[in-house]
Amino acid sequence: MALFDQTATEHLKGLESGALKSVELTQTYLDRIRAVDNRVGAFLSVDADGALKRAEEIDERRAKKQRVGRLAGLPLAVKDILCERGKVTTCASRMLQQFRPPYDATVIAKLREADAVFVGRTNMDEFAMGGSTENSAFQVTRNPWDLERSPGGSSGGSAAAVAAGMAPLAIGTDTGGSIRQPAGLCGVVGMKPTYGRVSRFGLIAFASSLDQIGPFGQSVEDAALLLETIAGHDPRDTTSLDVPVPAYSQSVNKPLANLRIGWVREHFGGGLDKEVESAVRAAFEVYKSLGATLHEISLPHSKYAVATYYVIAPSEASSNLARYDGVHFGYRTDEKEMLAELAADRRRLETAGDKAGLEHLDSALVRMYRRTRAEGFGPEVKRRIMLGTYALSAGYYDAYYLKALKLRRLIRKDFDDAFGKVDLIAGPITPAPAFKIGEMSGDPLAMYLVDIYTVSANLAGIPGLCLPCGRSQAGLPIGLQLQAPALEEERLFCGARMFEQATDWDKGRAKL
Amino acid sequence: MSDYTTIVGLEVHVQLATASKLFCGCSTKFGAEPNTQTCPVCIGLPGTLPVMNRNAFQLALKTAVALNCEIPAYTKWDRKQYYYPDLPKNYQISQYDLPMSQHGYLDIGDPKGAFEPKRVRILRAHLEEDAGKSLHDEVAGKGDSLIDLNRTGTPLLEIVSEPDMRSPLEAKAFLTELKLLLTYIGVSDCNMQEGSLRVDANVNLHIDTAEGKVATPIIEIKNMNSFRAVERALEYEVGRQWCEWQETHRKLGDAPKQTRGWDDVAGVTRGQRSKEESSDYRYFPDPDLAPVTVGPQDAAAIRESLGELPAALRGRLESDFGLSAYDADVLVNQGSPVVTYFLDVAKFTGDPKAAANWVTQDVLRTLKESEHTIESLPVASSALAELIRKVKAGEVPSSRAREVFQTMVEKRVDVAAAMQSLGIAAVDEGELIALCQKLLAANPKTISDVRAGKLQAVGALIGQAKKQNPNVDPTRFRELCLELIEKAP
Amino acid sequence: MSISRRDNEKVALLGRLRLTEDELAIMTTELAQIVGYVDQLSEVDTDGIEPMAHAIEVANVFRADEVSPSLSREEALSNAPHRDERGYLVPAVLGE
Ligand SMILES: [Zn+2]
Repeated sequence: MALFDQTATEHLKGLESGALKSVELTQTYLDRIRAVDNRVGAFLSVDADGALKRAEEIDERRAKKQRVGRLAGLPLAVKDILCERGKVTTCASRMLQQFRPPYDATVIAKLREADAVFVGRTNMDEFAMGGSTENSAFQVTRNPWDLERSPGGSSGGSAAAVAAGMAPLAIGTDTGGSIRQPAGLCGVVGMKPTYGRVSRFGLIAFASSLDQIGPFGQSVEDAALLLETIAGHDPRDTTSLDVPVPAYSQSVNKPLANLRIGWVREHFGGGLDKEVESAVRAAFEVYKSLGATLHEISLPHSKYAVATYYVIAPSEASSNLARYDGVHFGYRTDEKEMLAELAADRRRLETAGDKAGLEHLDSALVRMYRRTRAEGFGPEVKRRIMLGTYALSAGYYDAYYLKALKLRRLIRKDFDDAFGKVDLIAGPITPAPAFKIGEMSGDPLAMYLVDIYTVSANLAGIPGLCLPCGRSQAGLPIGLQLQAPALEEERLFCGARMFEQATDWDKGRAKL
Repeated sequence: MSDYTTIVGLEVHVQLATASKLFCGCSTKFGAEPNTQTCPVCIGLPGTLPVMNRNAFQLALKTAVALNCEIPAYTKWDRKQYYYPDLPKNYQISQYDLPMSQHGYLDIGDPKGAFEPKRVRILRAHLEEDAGKSLHDEVAGKGDSLIDLNRTGTPLLEIVSEPDMRSPLEAKAFLTELKLLLTYIGVSDCNMQEGSLRVDANVNLHIDTAEGKVATPIIEIKNMNSFRAVERALEYEVGRQWCEWQETHRKLGDAPKQTRGWDDVAGVTRGQRSKEESSDYRYFPDPDLAPVTVGPQDAAAIRESLGELPAALRGRLESDFGLSAYDADVLVNQGSPVVTYFLDVAKFTGDPKAAANWVTQDVLRTLKESEHTIESLPVASSALAELIRKVKAGEVPSSRAREVFQTMVEKRVDVAAAMQSLGIAAVDEGELIALCQKLLAANPKTISDVRAGKLQAVGALIGQAKKQNPNVDPTRFRELCLELIEKAP
Repeated sequence: MSISRRDNEKVALLGRLRLTEDELAIMTTELAQIVGYVDQLSEVDTDGIEPMAHAIEVANVFRADEVSPSLSREEALSNAPHRDERGYLVPAVLGE
């Protein structure tokens, strides 16, 4: 097994024992990026010099027996959505192509304090809107298992980076499945924590009440280690929860006794790929063999989850993205052109004697806003801004936005009821394995429906984890999703680790 | 000729006196260089989040309680969305359907009786963030506006009255009383020049016609920079609406609500451009902020901490100190430091009437004519009390008391030193009797006049006595004269 | 509920987007499809259900009223697309 195929937990043992140097490890991953990323396209930027310098400095500190952080010397990739002081942070948008935040996201600060080595920033759907990473303004990311296929999204760059051995660990964000779905499609472990478990400060918002930052790794242990590092209360995020963070990496190997696993009747209806279904049902059998009991449960409102999500998320997004207007930061349209256009429009209307037209003519300022946003945003972002603006506008608020908030409570209540009977809920992560690049791009609604199994956890605020549980005949990874009650990440990790240890799906690596 | 009633409602924005902004740690101090009091949060940079300032909420709560508002148990924050360059997120964090307070009132009156005392209802008061400033003229000619975000995120309390005022004068009285209340409880400095208090007015007319009462379209007036400007703008607008009604007979609902700006120099209001879509603010609950719950005991504790409010204080000055309604009003309207000063003088002298006379006249005149505030006045309440005591004891002639007070102010000295510098010395009783006897002997007609009941004849003697000795206390001298005349054979 | 081209023009102005004729046509079709799907929410009886705006519902989170350092003006303005030494510049906003 190549060094880059090993897990972060294994690397850490080597680093701690002195058998492995961070410089060597970092160089290995940088070489791997150089070798394969021109085919995968996971990274938007790679900081080889910075990473090696940092690795060297950590090696020195470790050699001198100085205190080092929890992830000391481990290379790590970060989704290009977390602000890092002085570093270009683009959100894969033309709007932020030049944006250098004057501050660090809390998670970036925690990772730096943990002595992780930032190797680069990963591609994503623009502003995290999408499930294929095709909505990036800059490049397409490919699935390392089949370069014709999508890695999923929106954290497709981070998932692909880990799957292709370009980083042992990566950070993603999950608003409607954006960590778990690409983890499933790329055959790695990805986890969305409880809403509020990880600080959102410095995470460029898509939908504030749904966004959560979470880990990617090659194993459940790795994901546990990374979550443990980034979790915790942050006074700068009102929605972050002031509760202790368990030592997940310590407890992850304790199997759960008398585990009750729920499977959701509604998850196995039409639309679920047969190969996916059989892999997931096989996973249930594995759990039975480990002493768990399986229980059929119902989440009666789950069929409304996608509709609910596609009202709430775009509504919040339309508001969160209003700040991209070319005034205080980010892209601005060419002003000379804009003013010339205004003058020409005015002349044309004056010549035509069109008084009403003149009255409704956009002013220079409104024109600047509209041109800036038309040029700075891609089509999916515009579509969601339109959808959200519509859902919040006068006359539609009650029928759409308010209705969706009520459905959200019903969806949450379904989970509360279910978790009265079972400890974990298990099921598919996507209706089918990785789709072909371009396959969905003409049909936004079909793309949205891929989120059917993931959005509920975001709406309810509960944690969810995806780990590999099989492979299709075409050799594509199939993911198993586990969900737990709010703040029960520990249970989620332990339950996932039981499966991982009983099977070999985590050992598989994409051939590149 | 038909008759009409003026209907006025006010919307007041008050900056709360916090040290830091509503959602970040930037200073709220006024007057800094543009864009030197901003941070990622108040610039609205991507990824930033608001965290609410506890003190801002407490000050808002305090004001709401002082305005007799109901305090709902649950309140939340909403985003009000509109695009403007001085609003960097392009939404303002405000409150929509569940404000932190509602249904209060403020009583107003006029001690000179210009209108009947009345209760103006408060519809609601809610907490929100201020926007920055757009500076147009400073870069004149360049065709650009400069945006300064120093003020962005300063906590504001928006207080909305019901349309209960019936004249520009009542509107001004409401604002004066509101400002007084806010400064009494210390929630804002209410400095209109610095923009800590801003007023918009809604006004229309209810006209009696043959067909019954008809309302004219409601006009919102903006850009009024003083209470006097509010009064003038409303006076102008009432006249303008009356004329417009006679010309057009346009009623409420015939046209969308219009906004007019007050031009203080020209003394007119002017129509402002309104956008048809501008009113669709797309409010929705801010997902970044937690709601706030307020228990009945919290509101009670705030009420407890408020101290005596102006209306109650006026009543107490009248009932406990025997002041006239007018004097009580004058004192209370000066603000609580002046009232405290008065209360001290009254306590030290045991003579509230004399204390009120001194404070409402000499002290307030001095404050008005000098740079002094009550805190910087060189005559402390104890010193004024001493002066009053000496006047009463005849040690300072009442005719010269004002002179002594002025000297105490100008030379920053106590009563004794002021008296010395003015050459005022108490005249010995024996000396006074001798002088009295001497003057009576020289003016026998005075004696007969007094005996005939013309007591005022003594006045002439007082004049002569003061000529001979300026320190003679006229009151005591008069008493002595009358005594001696009575005793004389 | 259907969504017309005219609605979309209005919504685009509210959201300060500019759509070309083609984009507007595509957007109208796509949004109609999505809104059509979302309309299924209306079949659920939600009478008496409290709206849920936050994923995890907490209350009363405050910070102390303490001044912390602001950015230097240069840092604050460093990302501005158009500025002078004192602030952000935009096309004149008079009369907006
Ligand atoms: Zn700030």
